[in-house]
Amino acid sequence: MTGQTPLISARNLGAVFDVSKPWLNRLFAMEAKQFLTAVDSVDFDIPKGKTFALVGESGSGKSTIGRMIVGLQKPSSGQVLIDGDDFFAITDVKRQMAMRRRIQMIFQSPYASLNPRWRVKHIIGEPIKAFDLMPAADIDGRVNELLDQVGLAMSDGEKFPHEFSGGQRQRIAIARALASNPEFIVCDEPTSALDVSVQSQVLNLMKDLQRDLGLTYLFISHDLSVIRYMADEIGVLYLGRLVEVADRDTLFDNPRHPYTRMLMDAAPRVDAFGRTADTVAGEIPDPINKPTGCSFHPRCHLAVDLCKKERPEVREFGAERARVACHLCETEAELA
Amino acid sequence: MSDTPLLQVSDLIVEFPVRQGVLRPVDRVGFEVRAGEILGLVGESGAGKSMCGAAIIGLIERPGRITGGEVRLNGERIDNLPEDDMRRIRGKRIAMVFQDPLTSLNPLVTVGRQLVETIRTHLPVSASEAQRRAIALLEEVGIPAAATRVDAYPHQFSGGMRQRVVLALALAAEPDLIIADEPTTALDVSVQAQIMALLKRLCRERGAAVILITHDMGVIAETTDRVAVLYAGRLAEIGPTRAVLSSPSHPYTVGLMASTPSTTGNLNKLSQIPGSMPNLRAIPKGCAFNQRCGKAVARCFEDIPILEPVRDSQVACWLYDPATLTNTLEKTGATE
Amino acid sequence: MDIQTKKGASARPEFSEAAPASTWQRWTQSDIWYSYKRSPVIIVSSLTFLALVLGAVFSPLFSPYTPFDPASLNLMNGFTKPLSTNAFTGDYFLLGTDDQGRDVLSTILFGLRISLFVGVIAVLFAMTLGVVLGLISGYIGGWLDGVIMRIADIQMTFPSIMVAMLLYGIGKGLIPPDLRDEMAIWVLIISIGLSEWVQFARTVRGATMVEREKEYVQAGHLIGLSRWSIMLRHILPNVTGPILVIATISLALAIIAEATLSFLGVGAPKTQPSLGTLINVGRQYILSGEWWILLFPSLTLLALALSVNLFGDWLRDILNPKLR
Repeated sequence: MTGQTPLISARNLGAVFDVSKPWLNRLFAMEAKQFLTAVDSVDFDIPKGKTFALVGESGSGKSTIGRMIVGLQKPSSGQVLIDGDDFFAITDVKRQMAMRRRIQMIFQSPYASLNPRWRVKHIIGEPIKAFDLMPAADIDGRVNELLDQVGLAMSDGEKFPHEFSGGQRQRIAIARALASNPEFIVCDEPTSALDVSVQSQVLNLMKDLQRDLGLTYLFISHDLSVIRYMADEIGVLYLGRLVEVADRDTLFDNPRHPYTRMLMDAAPRVDAFGRTADTVAGEIPDPINKPTGCSFHPRCHLAVDLCKKERPEVREFGAERARVACHLCETEAELA
Repeated sequence: MSDTPLLQVSDLIVEFPVRQGVLRPVDRVGFEVRAGEILGLVGESGAGKSMCGAAIIGLIERPGRITGGEVRLNGERIDNLPEDDMRRIRGKRIAMVFQDPLTSLNPLVTVGRQLVETIRTHLPVSASEAQRRAIALLEEVGIPAAATRVDAYPHQFSGGMRQRVVLALALAAEPDLIIADEPTTALDVSVQAQIMALLKRLCRERGAAVILITHDMGVIAETTDRVAVLYAGRLAEIGPTRAVLSSPSHPYTVGLMASTPSTTGNLNKLSQIPGSMPNLRAIPKGCAFNQRCGKAVARCFEDIPILEPVRDSQVACWLYDPATLTNTLEKTGATE
Repeated sequence: MDIQTKKGASARPEFSEAAPASTWQRWTQSDIWYSYKRSPVIIVSSLTFLALVLGAVFSPLFSPYTPFDPASLNLMNGFTKPLSTNAFTGDYFLLGTDDQGRDVLSTILFGLRISLFVGVIAVLFAMTLGVVLGLISGYIGGWLDGVIMRIADIQMTFPSIMVAMLLYGIGKGLIPPDLRDEMAIWVLIISIGLSEWVQFARTVRGATMVEREKEYVQAGHLIGLSRWSIMLRHILPNVTGPILVIATISLALAIIAEATLSFLGVGAPKTQPSLGTLINVGRQYILSGEWWILLFPSLTLLALALSVNLFGDWLRDILNPKLR
């Protein structure tokens, strides 16, 4: 990590959901309340102009983290710091709006993320109006500029979302996210609904925009190959906890956590003809009743007694200062 | 192994009459599958890959229907059979596995009873023998404690286990051919790896042929023996998987491979194919890919290319036509 | 928690719309217009409804007589048969006259006016109330949702006619006697409206709960839009389809409810008779042979209610993709 203050920091972030049945059902069944810890003490920093990626499978809490960072959901514990300010501690409406302007989001579904009844130019222009960034007369010009920036034609502003393909819709969503001149964009699986040939267009566009506008990204995906293409630093999530955080090359060249290794082994490879990924065992456990100790121990072929009893804390390893939450990481390094 | 392939599809055409005319989601597609072979059908959404699978098994939603070509199973035509005969083939000789396991399982009946029912519909065995086979099948697809799990309902299984049950159900009548339509798209990567490994093992052990429909090039590379690349309802390229993926010939396949991010290999900027696949209502004259193709020549805008052998594969592209080749050579010769 | 991409498993080609189109083109190319052109029943019923509406709206202009102006009435015209000229006055009556010598065609046109007015205003009232409560219930949720929906549940356990009669009785009691005739129509409107809002509220609530989770609504939160702004500008335009369907079906119900109340004598007063009042009046003459006084208002009510209902059913089918 560099010396400067990171643009975005997650500090000990946690999210707990009450997933209990209605109280009457609970009374009859004599059940206690049930809680789901979707995110558990997650820490990371994103330096300005960089892309931090979160990778994980279903139930990993990656989308919940994204929602908390943009302020769509209040964390149950911990803080989100933006330039050192605690987002959720701001009560002044004006300051809150000023903060919101700096953070935007690109959603997964290019179909559900655009209001089907609105014309594209109104969709893109809405943030400009909401933040009162310029006189109404100038908005159309700015919308055209944004359309051009994401590779769409000016005439597209008059159309409705259903007249576009999935990739074009995602461009519209990007234009809307850019409309408030944000510094930071959370991208939640922005290409997982797109076809490969269109995915590369959108990924390249996002990279170009980052370079031209100096944007900072939090990139959320389940696809390691996309993550590798986009990210500077990567956090691997398993059942709501960060099990490994490292810069891209370190993570891909030298994955330390057994889960990271399993994930990499499981990812299908276009150049591995006839390969069978057979080291993968088990499925993700029920997030409501997580395993004791290290959540990954029932699937880990290295697990020892300690892993069942004690939850591993995050420790730093190597010159690259990769952060790994695994009891066995050291021993293994010695063996290697 | 006899000389007749298990499945022969030739010049298959599927048409859907709509208000503005007739759509052709499958346009003169032909391929063969031999016993024990895994053929991949790959393409982007709307390329017609699922429709091909549905056409083979006679499950095209009305008002669509097969309007041309033939489907032969062991040399016999099956595309023009009456529905009653087709129903006997379906399940017995050709089984289907869908993306969402829940659509294939009856939620109100235990998995054991569903298996027993399927076995007894297609095979002349006693109830107790069917029950014994059901448990054996569940064991074969890797369901732990199969003898007790046989009495469980589908919702009591996890997503990956459910897909295993569906595979057991597909295998129940010992089919010659399994059509798997995006069988792992709804699953996590780690579970996907397990299901693909299972599918490969079952295919090898039982000598069944598999048609694997997917959009994931990595899955194709690791699982299939041969691959057919579909574009806008037409075959672009078909051949041994290694040949097609590592040295693609059709410009679309070339573009597709170059725009697929990878977890290994170089990190150069992904190349992108401009635009997106044409709508079925607006397929251009000539080659369907001509508007996105950087190499298109005059003929590509006039005539639909036909499959011709190129190296180890067959490719539908005018660039490999002898006439075009000489033309291009003359031109390069002229500039020198 | 994370939703994986799902590509449709059903074997249907994927469609997406073609080139940009003007609003007019959008309409002529739409599925609704296409289905309309191909359904003769709907063409007939919509034209019937249109004719009835126009007849009601312009009744003062072209109805042959002004039936409720005592000065223009001639008792000598009483009980003229349809399609005949009165022997004493020489006036011609297409659909005959009643005991007072009022032209039945004209009373129908004026009655239609009252029936439609009550129906439309009552539905608009029910719609506004139901849509606002439904949006609040579905979007804000919590205890507010609980309270609104329990009230709706209680209301649903009473037949709507009974609710209307109850409210009508209360309204009558609260209004001074000299204003009763004047206020009767409004009491009718409010009581019918209050018995119809539940359908709107329930449907809008359900649709709102679906829309609320969609990402475009979240995008609205991100730019700090207020709840009302999200409900009215983002969600409301996306739930108009079902509202339209319910409004049409409610209109038929409201017209029938109004007719029933008026028939029972608790609705539109005789000085401002609706179709229901006319049917009630005509009932007295059915045994004495003057059948036309009952038949024609009844047929008009039937045509009105049926055409609106058929149109509503068609609209529901066309706007509900599950049935297509």
